[in-house]
Amino acid sequence: MEQFVQQLINGLSLGSIYALIALGYTMVYGIVKLINFAHGDIFMVGAYVGFVSITYFNMGFFPALLIAMLFCAVLGVVIEKVAYKPLRNASRITALITAIGVSLLLEYVVMFFAKAGVRTYPENVLPNLEMTILGVRITFTQVCIFAVTIALVILLQFIVHKTRVGKAMRAVSMDKDAAQLMGINVNNTISVTFAIGSALAGAAGILVGVYYNSIDPLMGIIPGLKAFVAAVFGGIGIIPGAMIGGFSIGAVETMVSGYGSSLYKDAVAFAILILVLIVKPSGLLGKNTREKV
Amino acid sequence: MFSVKRLSLILVVIMLAATMFTACSQSSNTNSNEINVGLNYELSGAGATYGQDTVDGIMMAIDEINAAGGVLGKKINPIKQDNKTDPAEATSITTKLATKENVVAILGPATSGATKASIPVAVKNKVPLITGSATADDITVDAKGVKEYGYRICFNDSFQGTVMANFALKNMNAKSAVVLMDSSSDYGKGLAKNFRETFTKAGGTIVEDEAFIKGDKDFSAVLTKIKDKNFDILLISGYYNEAGLIIKQAKDMGINKPILGGDGFDSPDLAKLAGNSALSNVFFSTHYSLLDKDATVVKFMDEFKKKYNKDSNAFNALGYDLGYFIADAIKRANSEDPTKIKEAIDATEGFKGVTGKFSIDENHNPVKTAVVIELKDGAQVSALKIEP
Repeated sequence: MEQFVQQLINGLSLGSIYALIALGYTMVYGIVKLINFAHGDIFMVGAYVGFVSITYFNMGFFPALLIAMLFCAVLGVVIEKVAYKPLRNASRITALITAIGVSLLLEYVVMFFAKAGVRTYPENVLPNLEMTILGVRITFTQVCIFAVTIALVILLQFIVHKTRVGKAMRAVSMDKDAAQLMGINVNNTISVTFAIGSALAGAAGILVGVYYNSIDPLMGIIPGLKAFVAAVFGGIGIIPGAMIGGFSIGAVETMVSGYGSSLYKDAVAFAILILVLIVKPSGLLGKNTREKV
Repeated sequence: MFSVKRLSLILVVIMLAATMFTACSQSSNTNSNEINVGLNYELSGAGATYGQDTVDGIMMAIDEINAAGGVLGKKINPIKQDNKTDPAEATSITTKLATKENVVAILGPATSGATKASIPVAVKNKVPLITGSATADDITVDAKGVKEYGYRICFNDSFQGTVMANFALKNMNAKSAVVLMDSSSDYGKGLAKNFRETFTKAGGTIVEDEAFIKGDKDFSAVLTKIKDKNFDILLISGYYNEAGLIIKQAKDMGINKPILGGDGFDSPDLAKLAGNSALSNVFFSTHYSLLDKDATVVKFMDEFKKKYNKDSNAFNALGYDLGYFIADAIKRANSEDPTKIKEAIDATEGFKGVTGKFSIDENHNPVKTAVVIELKDGAQVSALKIEP
């Protein structure tokens, strides 16, 4: 039982990361129907920005987190304006291929400047505290990751449901043309969506850097794919779905390693993707009354 | 229209001519006072540090040999070529060295991929090719049998598995082990397989057998699973990128069992990833250690530092041994005939190098000692030689 709870906690911290990345996937898909494959690489850029802020500018964790989120938000908007906007009326496959191109571009530009090898965050970015409750070990870093994720998700829900920008986002995701007729600035709304989604990925990047202490230019590929699985699992385009999907994939992966064989953990994650697509293509929360952002 | 076809034909002719001329101009006149030895190394590209380090060692050995009068009364003339860490380039360089440069033997390449590609050419031209650092198991022998002219003087990946199993059994009195292997590399699989075989044959038990793949960062699930299991040692069969993270996460979790590994641990990045405080009670096998107190090794280290103004690493040491190894073979063959030299290499018995004393076995691998290094607070504190 102790071990089960411990594994659950391991799964939750891993799942938080997937959830943060999955949110960006889902938001972008919801609003422009584009699977933004470069999203995993924005997560990687966030990790590098955090690395530079902490290592070279001696910033604390929270200032570095803000900088990474800000940088990624700007990067996301630039990518949208340069690479995706001109293709908004082209076929979806064109935009998808462009997204793969942007993904490779980000990976290899970072590799060019930062070299291919791994970089390590300094030790003790966050205090090295831990507590043991009934034999279950929880570290301060894990608590931070979980707390940051939950705080960002609540903030996101607030933005989407309680603000004018959020209302505009929901309107654009339902019907772009109608929204435009109602006087909503579609371009700005899409930019804001990209900015928020990318900022969340940037946050995930720095959290991974601090938690695992190892970053490299290709680190975004697998988490990006798994977050995509998480988004599809929860129902792509649905914000709470992405979060549930992220936590589920994290927990499943941990449980497979913990109780089955670690050899199959990635296979299981992708098997889930295939099963979901066959059984319930709209995802866990995908119903007729779908609310998209 | 002046056809594209004709234009390209002219271009081809020009290019052909150009390559022929360069080939001619580069081929050295065979000087009867010199013995040509080919160096086929990664001087640029991804494996550049391995190639350059090995060449530094080889050149130091050859300079010493020549200063002492050379072999068979002749100087050794190294013909150095850059294979750009590209197997295709390594193959064409091997061809060139064997057919145009009249070398008696080829040293290199340093990486397994380039070596694997070069050996068939060496076999075809009947010129012995000896690598100092290609450790993949199938370099010298594969399903089709032993590669006649392919040799190496470093131990292979799976040998380290055996060494670490013996070390665990004899030096640590371990009875049970957990194996955590990188299932995405031949290195990780080969090492783990031989560890398992040797360890269980001697009565040890493998409590848990787990795997990870290159690029994994989260090992908490597996480590939580083994945490409360009863075992004596943890073997991590993989490279430093993942091993560093596993060690860190294991120590954070309070797993204080000894951690064992192979030469994949031998990188300064291991300490960066794991943190110095976590790197205690960690043991790994490698080719060579700066802690070695053996007189010849100490002499080599001092001379190397004097010559290149840096500390020697395993590649330097293997290169240095390679230089003396080929000189020794030529001397014993008492001939410049590559086939005679090959026979001399086959008969190598008890060659003493800075990376240990070794003989060449029927699979063209050295039977040699490995060094097991202990890390404490991130620093190497002891080095123990383990006989095969």
